[in-house]
Amino acid sequence: MNKPKLSRRKFLLVSAVAGGGVLIGYAATRPSRHRVANNTLAEGGERFVTSWIRLQPDNRITVYVPHSEMGQGIHTALGQMAADELDADWELVDIEQAPATDLFANDAIVKGFGEELLPPFLTGVVNASALTVARIANLQTTGGSSSVRYTGENTIRVAGAAARQMLLQCAAERWGVPLAECSTELSHVHHSASGRSLAYGELAEAAARMEPPENPVLKEPSQFNLMGKAISRRDIPAKVDGSAPYGIDAHSEDMLYAALRLAPVFGAKLVSVDAGQALAQRGVRRVVELEDGYAVVADNYWRAKQALELVEATFEPTENDNVSSAMLAERFDAALASDNGSEDFESGDADAALEEAGDVLEANYRVPYLAHAAMEPMNSTMHIQGDRAELWTSTQDALAIKARAASTAGLREDDVTYHHSYLGGGFGRRLPFTWNVIDHSALIAREFDVPVKTILTREEDMRQDYYRPAVHSNFRAAFDSEGRVTAWHNRFTGPIQVPGAAHIPYAIPNQSIRVVDVETHVPIASWRSVDHSQQTFFIESFIDEIAHRGGVNPYQLRMDLLQEHPRHRNVLQVAAESAGYGSGLPEGHALGIAVQESFGSIAAQVAEVSIGEDGRPIVHKITCAMDCGWAVNPDGAEAQIESGIVFGLTAALHGAITIENGQVVQGNFPDYEMLRMATTPEIVVHLVESGNPPGGLGEPATPPVAAAVANAIYILTGQRIRELPIGDREFTLDRSLAGAFSGPANLSVDKNYLDGLGE
Amino acid sequence: MAYFRLNGESRELDIEPEMPLLWALRDELGMTGTKFGCGIGNCGACTVHVDGNAVRGCITPVSAVEGRDVTTIEGLATALGGDELTPVQQAWIDHQVPQCGYCQSGMIMAVSSLLARNPSPSDAEIDAGITNICRCGSYPRVRKAIHAAAAAMAVDATA
Repeated sequence: MNKPKLSRRKFLLVSAVAGGGVLIGYAATRPSRHRVANNTLAEGGERFVTSWIRLQPDNRITVYVPHSEMGQGIHTALGQMAADELDADWELVDIEQAPATDLFANDAIVKGFGEELLPPFLTGVVNASALTVARIANLQTTGGSSSVRYTGENTIRVAGAAARQMLLQCAAERWGVPLAECSTELSHVHHSASGRSLAYGELAEAAARMEPPENPVLKEPSQFNLMGKAISRRDIPAKVDGSAPYGIDAHSEDMLYAALRLAPVFGAKLVSVDAGQALAQRGVRRVVELEDGYAVVADNYWRAKQALELVEATFEPTENDNVSSAMLAERFDAALASDNGSEDFESGDADAALEEAGDVLEANYRVPYLAHAAMEPMNSTMHIQGDRAELWTSTQDALAIKARAASTAGLREDDVTYHHSYLGGGFGRRLPFTWNVIDHSALIAREFDVPVKTILTREEDMRQDYYRPAVHSNFRAAFDSEGRVTAWHNRFTGPIQVPGAAHIPYAIPNQSIRVVDVETHVPIASWRSVDHSQQTFFIESFIDEIAHRGGVNPYQLRMDLLQEHPRHRNVLQVAAESAGYGSGLPEGHALGIAVQESFGSIAAQVAEVSIGEDGRPIVHKITCAMDCGWAVNPDGAEAQIESGIVFGLTAALHGAITIENGQVVQGNFPDYEMLRMATTPEIVVHLVESGNPPGGLGEPATPPVAAAVANAIYILTGQRIRELPIGDREFTLDRSLAGAFSGPANLSVDKNYLDGLGE
Repeated sequence: MAYFRLNGESRELDIEPEMPLLWALRDELGMTGTKFGCGIGNCGACTVHVDGNAVRGCITPVSAVEGRDVTTIEGLATALGGDELTPVQQAWIDHQVPQCGYCQSGMIMAVSSLLARNPSPSDAEIDAGITNICRCGSYPRVRKAIHAAAAAMAVDATA
């Protein structure tokens, strides 16, 4: 099993605490935070034995998780990791969201990504230049599919292991027996020779006098009791009886509700409002004018929302008032035609290879802007009283959003109390740096001395998002006289949010991948899987085009060009075999395949598709093989993969945010359609455990699905999809290639490899 | 005045008759288990029962429930005669259905109503009957859990 690369000693600090508690911590920057935790948060006989683990006299253990629970099951997964290393009794383990204070700032993400390599999507594209790594290190960001692989592996497991060794040592000394004769199990230390046992809770106080382990040893997988098991998620019971609190559920008898309308053209300023009619409505308290919009505040949200429609407002004209998606598309294409951009990845001499090629394939791809459309509309509740405030909101970074709200309201961070909740979906929308509503909520709440809950209508939520960027891409491939691909050329519109997403694993000798940044007035941000969502559709479609041009089975071409990537080959093979690639399919069905590595995991997906009588594609089944190293909670892992596939397929089939007159056209679900029960295919998931470090799982299943479906449609119809969404396009079967691919693909070539991989 | 029974208790509210039931529940009564998703009756997050039938609370004016029985997720178990979880709720746990969970109150209310009318729905009947949106894509698990709940209810009925 891999070991964390960082020296643990460096981050291991211990403080003896007044009152006899013991604290171990893992952040060299904050030697005092564990002392503070015991002094400020521990009650009665409770003791924090590390920042993240608190023991109680009744032997219950609380694991503090510094990540937001937005459905990815992170509370349970990180709880499993801590409890397993601690040899805790799972029934005695409670899991709590870490408070939004510096005490529980999480620097594991920064260390995980590497301080030099922190991707822009986590720092916020718009404000990246204004932020420093040090600032990010003090946050509680949940993003980048990083919670298990960084926080879990490098912080939570280490904390659990350290606490276990301290308790073990403490018991050995109390009994006067060698440490090696003691063992831990189910929240007890045992000395089997004498038959004695002590509960962890009985040792917490004494552990204050122990020296910390210099280098806590993590378990080998064979020693896991909780990790690797499909343990039921702790957050689910409250999510079936209506009791789970979301930010939008903050409630008090005296609270007011704000309905917000922001400038329909991004960046426009409010000139004036005529609020007369709105103010005359029942329950309406005030119309608050803001720099870029206005809010109606009433004693009931519906009243506020109804009155909002009665406000007459004027916004300043902007230079973007006539911008449309068609104009933006022209702008993107013109930029790609006139600008060679800046280097993303170059190897060999692709220009020369294209020049000399016997055959060149060129294709232009494009994808639109996408909204996040989390089911819980963006909202925030603030209660500002003098120089103090309370904040309730669903966020992917409680500490940062608290700081932002405090700053906007003109308060000190420490004077704002943040109340945690579950998130009704995140997907990147609730990262702090691209979150406008929090500012508006703070400015509105400042006008009242009671709590004010600001909620975006679904229409505002969709029209005031920070969007998945629209991207255009020009691809070229060169072939030699034997039909082998010799060059790969990709010019795409930026910005790059995840470095490397446009890189390819395929052994093509000459590659030129360059990005051309194009300015627009449309705000952008990260959206589940970030740049992989666009680039994987492009890359995995174009490699399919290359295969067909060369007359090679698309599965086989990938395998041939991935000799240096055994994990890719493995998941391709598992997915292909499971999906029945090359074997008999129902009449009129075809398979398309795609593979992509993202966030430390590798996903291969096969889409089984047919064309319905109405000419529209029907996606019957998605088979996914995912090499995520190993899965902390296999059932949770499968749930994330199912979720990622539905998210990606929704976008592939339906997703498009378009611009007219500078404004977003779509406003609600009929215009921005989602998959539903009737349109969701069967999903088959294979977790491929490769023994590599755990990879991310929240995002890696999203990227490949669009290309897998498009590649199947090509085989069915001969029509290549180079633009998403597939939408209402109708297809005909008269150019079907299905016959050419009905023979068995050569799956046997890798049997030896597959057999050898299990070591 | 608006009058209806909420989870078995009488409620009287001095509100406009056209106020959607969703906002009467959430803002006037503090019953936050029922969720706001779209406001146009499309996503189903606000689904509640009126006299046992699923309706979308965001487009149902309180005048339409005058004198009737309204059941929300908080009262579902009690309304079906128990104080434990219903077979649907239990199946939701057994199959680990919710992810973010925001849509699941509405999903569970819609499914409970479907199963009351059709104790053993086919996949096609599920597709036609359950049109709620789940942005996390829990649909495959929703389907499995519906079949499991139907099976559990069939056993209960014969026991």
